[in-house]
Amino acid sequence: MILECIGLSRRFDGVQALVDVSMAFRSVGLVGVLGPNGAGKTTLLNVLTGFLEPEAGRVVFAGSDIAGLSPHKIAALGIRRTFQDVRLIREMTVMENVILAGEAVGVSQGYWPDWSAWFRPRVSKGRQDGQCMLEGIGLGDLGGERAGRLSYGQQKLLTLGCCLAGNSRVLLLDEPVSGVDPVMKEHIIDVLSRLRDLDKLVVFVEHDTDTVRRVADSVIIMDEGRIIAAGPPAVVLNRPDIVEAYLA
Amino acid sequence: MDYLLHVLILIGIYIILAVSLDLMAGYAGMLSLAQAAFFGIGAYSFALMSNRVAGGFLVVIGCAAAFSGMVGACVGYPSLRIRTEYFAITTLGVQVVLSSLFNNCVSLTGGPMGMTNIPAPIIGRWVASSKLSYLILTAVAVGLVIAVSRLLVCRYTGRVLRAIREDEVFTESLGINVAGYKITISAISASMAAVAGCIYAAYFSFIDPSSFSLTESVAIVSAVILGGAGSVFGPALGAALLISIPEALRFVGLTTATVANLRQILYGSVLVILMLVRPRGLVGQFDFGRKAR
Repeated sequence: MILECIGLSRRFDGVQALVDVSMAFRSVGLVGVLGPNGAGKTTLLNVLTGFLEPEAGRVVFAGSDIAGLSPHKIAALGIRRTFQDVRLIREMTVMENVILAGEAVGVSQGYWPDWSAWFRPRVSKGRQDGQCMLEGIGLGDLGGERAGRLSYGQQKLLTLGCCLAGNSRVLLLDEPVSGVDPVMKEHIIDVLSRLRDLDKLVVFVEHDTDTVRRVADSVIIMDEGRIIAAGPPAVVLNRPDIVEAYLA
Repeated sequence: MDYLLHVLILIGIYIILAVSLDLMAGYAGMLSLAQAAFFGIGAYSFALMSNRVAGGFLVVIGCAAAFSGMVGACVGYPSLRIRTEYFAITTLGVQVVLSSLFNNCVSLTGGPMGMTNIPAPIIGRWVASSKLSYLILTAVAVGLVIAVSRLLVCRYTGRVLRAIREDEVFTESLGINVAGYKITISAISASMAAVAGCIYAAYFSFIDPSSFSLTESVAIVSAVILGGAGSVFGPALGAALLISIPEALRFVGLTTATVANLRQILYGSVLVILMLVRPRGLVGQFDFGRKAR
């Protein structure tokens, strides 16, 4: 198991967002996390990536407890994420965003920034890798375009590209297809499906059952901060109690 | 001729200040209203150390820059929790506190009476004894500051600072140590301002707190906004214009007192007009008013 959560709990102003959540992820695979609004899905991602500290419990990544580490340290260890709202450097070009994401790999995990990065060679290698990756996700022609000028769906795709540029072992994606048009949704689903070949763990939070059913190897259903079901989509998503209570 | 050299020296000093602020405010999005305070720390450090520390001008300037850098790092620390205009207000507080110290630590700074007889810079056997020699010294310092600034922003670090400016959360999620970069860039910016302070103190041989007040901080911000943030040469252009325009008014028959007042009006007007008409300044890359999310 590459990533484990053990007894994670987190509360916000009296609302228990995570209640004793425990789960373990294999090092390769696509895991969908489903649940209604307020189920604790995004809170779980925030805790796993250091953007929130758990009140109780541990997060074990590759044998080390990473709960409470700062987000940049966790990202540098090999866990990258996207956000529910599109977060990019909009004034930079698509290629610059990808290069930045690629260059950040292996930076110092210490307190001080890695100024030695300044001495790295110019970005021609990063540009080649970036172009290759952009072509892989279907943004190859848009490398010179400002990220802020892309459509919402293309921006969502680019956030996924920035995640991939880091060559991280674990990708946590927060609603990768929400709010995009049907054509782009199909495209993103296709890209997600192809991530299976990359020897990575991909955990994606979604509201869309259809996407999870088509892409995920396994699914976790959350409600009120708890995991209420987990297993293969074909089994979990057809359970009458789950369908009636959460997916109808 | 001496007057022209004097104006060029002043322009050089303000170019250093504007470029130093641009690193912090223009690239990293940390608008500081305390740049004149770091300018003052450099000037007072130079004045206090130049008669006491062996090793000459370069050692003293290095010590002053290091001390100012440490204070700058401390000032940068709150930026980890507070951003944009809230950080600017924090630096305003720092400016007020340091101005008050310059005014009230009479035994150390001379208080409102200032410090006099600050010795001329000596580097090896070279002594800055004329305006031309001060201009050369200032030009070298300007060149070094611009070169360091360009080196910092032209590669990976520049991209990181621009990313921090626009979205710290996204930048952190990529594995970049946002806190470390913000504190370090704040320290570098403060060190550069201190270098300007050292040259200023040596050139005038006299300093008092009025040269390092909030008004001066606003003037430095005005220079960055006028020239344009995030472009290295933009702030330099802004500083040159903001120093030379009031000086030019002397030639239309205005008295020194009138020119001094007009200078304040000019700075204020520049801020208001550019924020309305062209927030990115003359040659800048970024809208100064854009908020990090």
